[in-house]
Amino acid sequence: MSELNELYQEIILDHNKNPRNWGIIETPSNASEGFNPLCGDHINLYVQIENDRIIDIKFQATGCAISKSSASIMTTLMKGKTLDEAKEIYNEFHEIITHGCADSELSNENLEIFCGVKDYPSRVKCASLAWHTFLDAIDKNNNKGN
Amino acid sequence: MRIESDCNFDVNLVRQDFPILSKQMNGKPLVYLDSAASTQKPKSVINAITDLYSNYYANIHRGVYLLSQLSTDKYEEARLAVKKYINAQSEKEIIFTRGATESLNLIAYSYGRYFLNEGDEIIVTEMEHHANIVPWQQLAKEKKLVLRYIPMNDNGELLLDEYEKMLSNKTKIVSVVHISNSLGTINPVKYIFDKAKEFGAVTVLDASQSIQHTQIDVQRLNCDFLAFSGHKIYGPTGIGVLYGKLDLLKKMEPYQTGGDMILSVTFERTLFAEVPGKFEAGTQNIEGAIGLGAAINYVNNLGIENIAKYEHSLLDYATSRVLEIPQVKIIGTAQEKASVISFIIEDVHPHDVGTIFDKLGVAVRTGQHCTEPVMRHFNIPATTRASFAFYNTIDDINVFINSIKEVISIFD
Repeated sequence: MSELNELYQEIILDHNKNPRNWGIIETPSNASEGFNPLCGDHINLYVQIENDRIIDIKFQATGCAISKSSASIMTTLMKGKTLDEAKEIYNEFHEIITHGCADSELSNENLEIFCGVKDYPSRVKCASLAWHTFLDAIDKNNNKGN
Repeated sequence: MRIESDCNFDVNLVRQDFPILSKQMNGKPLVYLDSAASTQKPKSVINAITDLYSNYYANIHRGVYLLSQLSTDKYEEARLAVKKYINAQSEKEIIFTRGATESLNLIAYSYGRYFLNEGDEIIVTEMEHHANIVPWQQLAKEKKLVLRYIPMNDNGELLLDEYEKMLSNKTKIVSVVHISNSLGTINPVKYIFDKAKEFGAVTVLDASQSIQHTQIDVQRLNCDFLAFSGHKIYGPTGIGVLYGKLDLLKKMEPYQTGGDMILSVTFERTLFAEVPGKFEAGTQNIEGAIGLGAAINYVNNLGIENIAKYEHSLLDYATSRVLEIPQVKIIGTAQEKASVISFIIEDVHPHDVGTIFDKLGVAVRTGQHCTEPVMRHFNIPATTRASFAFYNTIDDINVFINSIKEVISIFD
């Protein structure tokens, strides 16, 4: 069972059960909705950006443990970051999910849980959904509050 | 082991006919519980295809040379095997298609478009596979028809009273799934079709999940059209069958046009071939048809009655074991059921179940099973589905049950 424990680590199971930043921002500066039609995963993501800094981020989602916990971890990493910092974290995540973890140190230890996902090709989309949705939300820069 | 001895065949002997069943997956012996998605292939089917390409392959219905005649004969033998298997009156009523989806589209296109008019009604059920919804929806949009759905109860059984209220002289087509792929329900299609005939409606049977589990007699069932896919009955992918009553097929327009489906072509007009040729345009899936013929012979040798009996005992055993686990809920609890168990595990998404099962060597389907309206009925995003074929064993089911317990312990 060791291989399974690698994917379903305690931290993933914890974020799945108790997702952080769960909920809605009533009038967010940015927002986006993501779907994974293959498995029915669905996420609504709300971001509050002020002076190029993410001052609040919340989400609501239905889906598997991988997609839900990935969304939860993503929000904890992005909250408080500038947009440039956020894009760097996104790029690092993207590198990990497609190529795995190199020997170089990760910017945040929480990213480590994604190191094994590339070995489960059918689950990469689950892990990426929230992150793609995040990129879409901050790139659009459309005011969802009005 | 009680089960094996009750039935007329030895499952361990049968398993030797399927090379893939002795493979390992992720370091574990393969436990293949996804036969409702596609069945594995016996050696006789694999060999039939190899034999064709090694010994007598040429294009069919064309060459005057012996090789072409040999492959044509085998292709037509397969048509005869299908005719006999479903008790059609004539082999002309058997059309080879790419699969059940194409067969259903063919009916909607070549019958529906030409014989239905504005305001006419088509009845399907709430538990149809998307392949028996979308072609009718498209047709309804084009021709301004009304599409009705027979509702079901929470066991996954059709509400026949509601169906009878829907029937009227406007009803032109009643198209029903024989066995639900996501619930396992066996529908009372004989009753449904008899009622439809009282109003003169054309009856269509989606036999994708029943052709491999139960004896089908198109004449007894009062069935005008029937669709199934070869790969669900131990045959190759890319081959399927449309059965249609001869008088209907004769008056229908072609679905596709081109080579081999014509009598004569000039720049001004084309005369079409007789059925079934009229519906088989272009070079056909020759190895598919011959492989399907071999698959039907294989099933006939085991005996569909024996298969049905054995699979039903697997279902009974698996159901009783699943019910012992309080965190599991079975979706689809009809009285009459085929060997399919759709289920959800409390607080665990089916895709996580599927990934963990895979690591344990167990192949199951997770998702909506191309039946989104069924998922909506039960207000669930998806299920995990285990489906059993005659090559599955009691041991397979024990591994399946232990895998469920493993999932629960990981997520506990």
